[in-house]
Formats: sequence, C-alpha cells, structure tokens
Amino acid sequence: MANEALPLPPATPRPVTVPLADIPATRNRQWTRILADAARTRRGIVGLALMVPVVLLAFVGPFLAPHSPTAFVSLPFAPPSSSFPLGTDVLSRDVLSRLMTGGWRLLLMSSAATAVGVIVGAAIGVCAAYYGRSADAVLMRGVDLVLAFPQLVFGLLLVSVIGPKVWLIILAVGISHVPQVARVIRSASLDVVERDFVKAAQLLRLPSRRVITGEVIPNLVTPLMVETGLRLTFSIILMAGLSFIGLGVQPPASDWGVMINENRLGLVANPWAVIAPACIILLLTVGTNTFTDAIGRVATGVERRRRPRRLAAPTAAPGADGR
Amino acid sequence: MTTPSAPALRVTGLNVALAGSRVPVVSDVTFEVPRGMVFGLVGESGSGKSTVARALLGYARRGLEIVAGQVAVDGIDLLRLPPAELRSARGRTAAYIAQDPASALNPGLRIGRQLMESLAAHQGSSRTDDPRSWIQQVLREVKLEPSRALLRAYPHQLSGGQQQRVIIAMAFMHRPTVIVLDEPTTGLDVTTQRHVLETVNELCRTHGVATIYVSHDLGVVAHMSQMAAVMYAGRVIESGPSAEIFGTPRHPYTARLLSSLPSYSRATALAGIPGHVPAPGSQPPGCAFEPRCLISVPDCRLAMPDLLPVAGDNHFARCILADQAASAQPRRAEFREQAQARSSPAGALLTVRQVSAFYGPKQVLHDLSLEVSEHECLAIVGESGSGKSTLARCLVGLHTAYTGELTFRGAPLPAGIHRRDNEVARAIQFIFQNPHSSLNPRRTIGQIMSQPVQQFSALPRREQDQAIAAALLDVALEPSAYLGRYPQELSGGEAQRIAIARALLAGPNLLICDEVTSSLDASVQAVVVETLRELQRSRGLAMIFITHNVALVRSIATTVLVMHNGVVVERGAVSDVVGRPAARYTAQLIEDGARYAVDDEPADRPVLPREGQA
Repeated sequence: MANEALPLPPATPRPVTVPLADIPATRNRQWTRILADAARTRRGIVGLALMVPVVLLAFVGPFLAPHSPTAFVSLPFAPPSSSFPLGTDVLSRDVLSRLMTGGWRLLLMSSAATAVGVIVGAAIGVCAAYYGRSADAVLMRGVDLVLAFPQLVFGLLLVSVIGPKVWLIILAVGISHVPQVARVIRSASLDVVERDFVKAAQLLRLPSRRVITGEVIPNLVTPLMVETGLRLTFSIILMAGLSFIGLGVQPPASDWGVMINENRLGLVANPWAVIAPACIILLLTVGTNTFTDAIGRVATGVERRRRPRRLAAPTAAPGADGR
Repeated sequence: MTTPSAPALRVTGLNVALAGSRVPVVSDVTFEVPRGMVFGLVGESGSGKSTVARALLGYARRGLEIVAGQVAVDGIDLLRLPPAELRSARGRTAAYIAQDPASALNPGLRIGRQLMESLAAHQGSSRTDDPRSWIQQVLREVKLEPSRALLRAYPHQLSGGQQQRVIIAMAFMHRPTVIVLDEPTTGLDVTTQRHVLETVNELCRTHGVATIYVSHDLGVVAHMSQMAAVMYAGRVIESGPSAEIFGTPRHPYTARLLSSLPSYSRATALAGIPGHVPAPGSQPPGCAFEPRCLISVPDCRLAMPDLLPVAGDNHFARCILADQAASAQPRRAEFREQAQARSSPAGALLTVRQVSAFYGPKQVLHDLSLEVSEHECLAIVGESGSGKSTLARCLVGLHTAYTGELTFRGAPLPAGIHRRDNEVARAIQFIFQNPHSSLNPRRTIGQIMSQPVQQFSALPRREQDQAIAAALLDVALEPSAYLGRYPQELSGGEAQRIAIARALLAGPNLLICDEVTSSLDASVQAVVVETLRELQRSRGLAMIFITHNVALVRSIATTVLVMHNGVVVERGAVSDVVGRPAARYTAQLIEDGARYAVDDEPADRPVLPREGQA
C-alpha cells in the first residue's frame, strides 16, 4: 500500500491557512506578459503602429467599402478621382473597395497556415529532443526530406494538380514552415530536457506525454512566440505570392496579391492599383516582423521594459548578489 | 606622486547603488591595506562583497553605479580618473582575478598568445623589452613550467588549477600595487585550492602587493589574511585582525556564521542562521541583522549602529551588544557517533554488487559494492570526477549504462526508472544538487508539490492538501506563504527545502542526496543539513548523503565511504574514517580540508541537546 508510507497530518491537525484548491492553476500567464512588455518597447510600438491599421482595414473594411468590389463602376485604369480615391483597376472596379475587402482572407489563411506549421513543427521538434536517439534521427531526417524541396515547390505541384482549394493552400504553406520550426524548437528543447526538473518528473514515473506537456513545453514559450511571429510574416508573403502567380485566391474575389498581378498592365495609367496593395502588404509584414523582434528582445532580456515584478527572494535579489 | 605614508590601497566611504533608483547596495565601506598584506573580505551571497571587489577597480556591474567614496591606490583615486587613465590603471596598478578561470581565458587562443596580449596591453612598461623571458619568469613564479607545450596549449587542455595559475600569472605580470581575488578557488578541489592559495600568498609577500581576498569561505580567509572585514547586507559589520575576528568574534553575525561551519574534529549538530539577508531597499531601519539575531534588544531596531572600536587591537564591530556577541552562538550539541549508529538488525535495504558504470567508452565506476541498511545514513565522499554522482544516478535510475547488480529490499532493481514499478520509484527518492534547476520555473510550489502526491497516493483531494501542508511544515516553511510562489522567487535554501519536502511527500524509504548543500551558503547549509538529519532520524529513513565536504559528513552520517577515481578507497564508521583515516588518500583529503577550517569552539563546551529551530 503506497498510502501507508505517506506523511499524513499528525493527530492534532496543524493549521492550513491556504488550501491548495484556492491557488489558481496558472497564475503566471507568461506569454501575455511578454506580449504586454513587448508592446511597450520602442520596437513593439513601431511594429504595432504598422500592423494594427492594416489588420483593422482588412477586417472592418468589408463593412465600410464604398462600392462592391466586383462591380464595374467606371472605365478601366481610371486615375484617382473624388468618387474613386485610388482610381479603378483593369476591369474598371473601384481599387479602394477592392483594397478594403481583399485582406481578411489573406490574414485568416496566413494565420491558419502559421498555426499548422508551428504546431506540427513544434511537436516534431520537442519529441525529437525528448526521446532522442532513434526517434530524433527518424524525425529530423524526415524533416530534412521536406527541407530538400525548395520551399513551396511541392505545395505548388499539389495545388496545380488538385486545384486551388483553400485547405490545400493552407496545408501547403503550413507544411513548408515545418522544417525550420522543428529545428529551432528541437534545439531549444534539447536545453530544457537536460534540466533537473525534467529528470525529477521522470523519477516520479510520470508518463512521457505529461512530462512533455507539463514540464518541457511551458519552458519553450519564448522560442514558440518568436517562431510564431516570424512564420506569420512568411505566411503572409507566401500567401500573397501564391495569389500573385494565380494559385491562391481566385478572381473575381478581391485579394491584395491578385490585385498586384492583374493591374500590372495598367501601371502607367493608374499606378495606385498596384502600389496600394503592395504597400499594404509591405506595412503588414514589416510590422509583424518588427513586433516579433520586440518579443524576442523582451523575452531574452536584451531589452528590459518590465514593470517591477514581485521582488525575488531577498537573498537572491539582483544587484546585491555577490556573484 | 606616492606619499610615503599612504597605504597601497585606501577605500573611503564607498557607496554603490542600483542605477536610477539609488537604492543602496553597498554602504559606507572603508578600509585600508598596506603593501604586502592580505586583506580578507568575507560574506555570504547578497552581502555585497563582490560588488565591493569590482568597485575597487572602478567598475560597477550593469544596473549598479558607484555613487560616492574614494578608492585610492598609492594615493590616486581611481574613481576620479578619466576613462582612458582608469583603463590603463586596471591591470597595471590594480589587477583582478575572477572566480571562474575557464571563462576568464579566451578558449580560442593559445596560452602563450594570451600572455603576450596581456603583456602588450600596457605598452611602455619596462617588461616589454624582452617579453619572452619575462613571461617565462612570471610562469615560474606561479609554479608552472614555461614549456613550449604549455604556451601552445589551449585553455581547455589545462586543468582548473593550471588555468587559475595562468590567470594569476597575468595578474602579477605588471607587478601591480593591488590585486583583487574574487572567490579564486571556489570551483577547485581542496587539494588544488591549497596549492593555488600557497602560491598567491607567497607572491603577495615577496612582491609587496596589497591583496584583497574576497570569499564566502571563512576558513580560507582566516588562514590567508592578516586583516579582514565581514560584510552583511552591503555593510562591513566587523573588521580587524583575522585572528581576533575569527577567534573572538564581536558581532553576533560573525559568531553565528562560525557556528554554522561543520567541524573536522568533532561530530556536532550544525547551527544555521534561519531567515535571509534583507534585499536592497527593504532593509530595516535599525541593525540589518536584528531580525535574525538571537540577542537583540529593542534598541537594535532604532538605528544602524556605527562601526565602533571594541576590545582588542584595531578591532571594530557594528553592534551595540558587541561585548555579548559570544553568547549569540547557539549551543551546539555534540553527539556520539557510536550511539547513533544502530547495529542495523533490520538488514540491508539496498545492496550494490560489483557495479561498473560507463559514459560511452569511459569507465567511471570500477567494481563498486556497498550496502545500506534501514535507518542508516551513509555518506559518500569524493572530489569531482570520483564517480559519486554517477553512482547516485545509477541507483535512482537516471543512468543505465552500468553492469553489476542492484538489490532493493531483497528484490533485484532494474536499470532505468522506466523499468521500475511505482512502488520502487516511490521508495527511492532523489534530491538534486542545484535546487533551482530541479524545480520547474513555470509551476507554483503548490503544483510542484502535488505531483508526487497525485502520482503515488490515492488520497482524496482534501487530504492531499493536508499532506502537502504538513510536508512544508516539516521543512520549516509556512504553507500559506509558499504554495502560490514560483521557484525563482525563493532563495537557494528555501528552494532546496522545497525539493526535500517534495521528496518526503512520496514517502520514501531511501533518500539519496547528491551534493544538496554545495550551492548554498554555510549558514543555509547548516539549516538544510539539520532539517535532513532530523527528518532522517524521526522517520527512520535510510539515506545516502553525497558530498565533497568531509567535515559535513561528521554532522550527518553514521557510516562513510570514500571514493577516488571510481574506486572505493576506504569505508567504515564516520568516527573511525575521519578520526583515524587508514587510506593515504583519505588522510590527504582531510588534511587539505582541515588546514583551512576554523575550529572556534573550546573543547570543553557543554554537550547539550540542541533546541529545535524554526
């Protein structure tokens, strides 16, 4: 009987002022804290300032667009005028309206592809590091196999054979992220799995699944956040690129990538039909990348913009420590 | 420029504070060191001793700034020098030797090249005329043969002791006026430490260098230095001739620090100092030590006492009760080791037969056998590389590359924790060396503690909470104050006690402690060792206590096993092995350690049972 050996409370119960149940399971929302800290650095502010207007435009725009994005409202490539502030496109549709309705699909699909890439990549990376040896070899060689294809070539092949299905595009872009994410997370995990608290959990004979989810992954928050931000940037670029070459979002639906492609011909007549979507993609990707940079710097302590946290234990207080 | 009467180093009113907030970290440090003298600066972590050491070279760690005071070397205040002159003074007139020799040397450059660079750093020095012969002479001074092989070696090809000697050679190369040694031997084994210290001592005397020796190790400072200062919470609380400070301490903190040291000559309980050093900015208005002091009076809370002269030559203490300091030392029970050792009728709990362990092709344990009976506390002593930790990892199931036979309670013990059942995993518990790395930084103490309970017991939730609270009280921690905190918010001693409580919650029969106090200060080590000893006795646990500190063995174990290079060199009752070592290696280990021990207690001190401490 395992119970017998347990240190049961003595006959006279000692006062227990805080029952364990009263303690919130996760008081330490590390990732929200990192986000909040990053948003207060200079880089973070610049990143948000670039990114947030674009995101707002993409999601609020469809409700405010002055014209239907598919209606032929004027002559093709009409220059900007009072009723069409950015002129019209190759099929005489309002550029501003198409710009305002053409972003949400790109953002949602990029986010979904990022989620696929980071979840699959991180799972492979953590498992390779935790199980080591043959599991490591098999998983990482498998990842190398994906890496051997130039990013997206495989996806492009599938899309051109099966057709431009939304799920297929998301999957293709997501899978193309897996190798990089897996490598980064594996090397970060290698560090964590060697730490003593992981060994302590193993000595309790906790199942590997619980050691990985409970002990290893919570200590990978920083690299996971940085990877997510970085992969989101790449996803947006890839998605817009796919639309540009005609394998992404299909006309007549409005899309920034599609717009750049179809309006190339009228660059001289109405340059805004190309410049506007190009600039907006630029703002978005530079913004996400800058904010990711801020996350990385805050999380690794390069940039300190932390509100005074609860003071660490007195003897371990920084500044007074002898070493 | 040198005033004849000026000491080599004079520090006046040195104040270091957190940059920006101006919260004091080091306050009013004043001392002077004449040429040829070794001055000891002692303190535990958080005392500010390393901050002072760096400030002596006009340097403050990032986040700190030197806000007031003078550091005069040969009468010139380093803190007022323009940056370029300060840079040239560093190394030439004031040199610094850091704790970790491996990180002070560039791993990518050969030793000879680094010595040349260090010599060339101060052009125009008369030594640069014939650099090669000068480097050879400096190396001979630190007892290194300046062979071609040494000069062409990379740092990793040298031992820790050799690396530290190279660093010392660099420091002495320009014949500085002042040398600051910041914990120079902390990472070294006792024997290496002794050789390095002897070399430093000799060099300081022959070249008339004013030496500041910074260390947490009272024994080493007591033997190395003529004068010393004890620091606590950023202030010097006692200073004077080393013999007086460590012989008749006048500050209660010094007295109790001495009581917390284990003794080579007697088996005594250890009296630690419960509580912790106040953090910068949260110091009490009165004496900083008052909350932990056993003899404090209400007046102690009024104001920080001044550093006042006390009886004796040049001896100062920052305490209004300086004349009563001796009574601040709690009585230490001396116990009889024989009485403690039970005749073990219970029989062997764990048997290790002819175990050889490997790391890849390298064999680290050779045909090792041992037995641990119920209720026995076996100490395993050895220097780094002796294989003692590998043995522990084999026993708990973290290291599987071994041959031989383990038996636990009469049944064979499979290699590797995954091949053992829950009952065995529960019965053998392990405590890691580094408490902070053994606790998941992303979990609260409550969550960490509930893991063993949930895994090994079928108790209802309510009783699990009770068990956790009881385990915390057993290691003298108040449950309500700790359950919701994170490991990084705890001091080393608190974290290690949490680790002990976690192991206890499994309800073990055998507790394996791997160097559990080596990362802790002496006063905290004493508290942890006493906690372990009382738990071991009250619960009748069998325990394997692994350490490199022979003196500590006397305070906790009944039997001891001495290891060297993966082989057992001696085993037996603690009193026999430590008192009358049979093996030459053991004798050497004890001699090197005891050389720097402070044995403060008069032998006729009454033998009394120690009172429990909170």
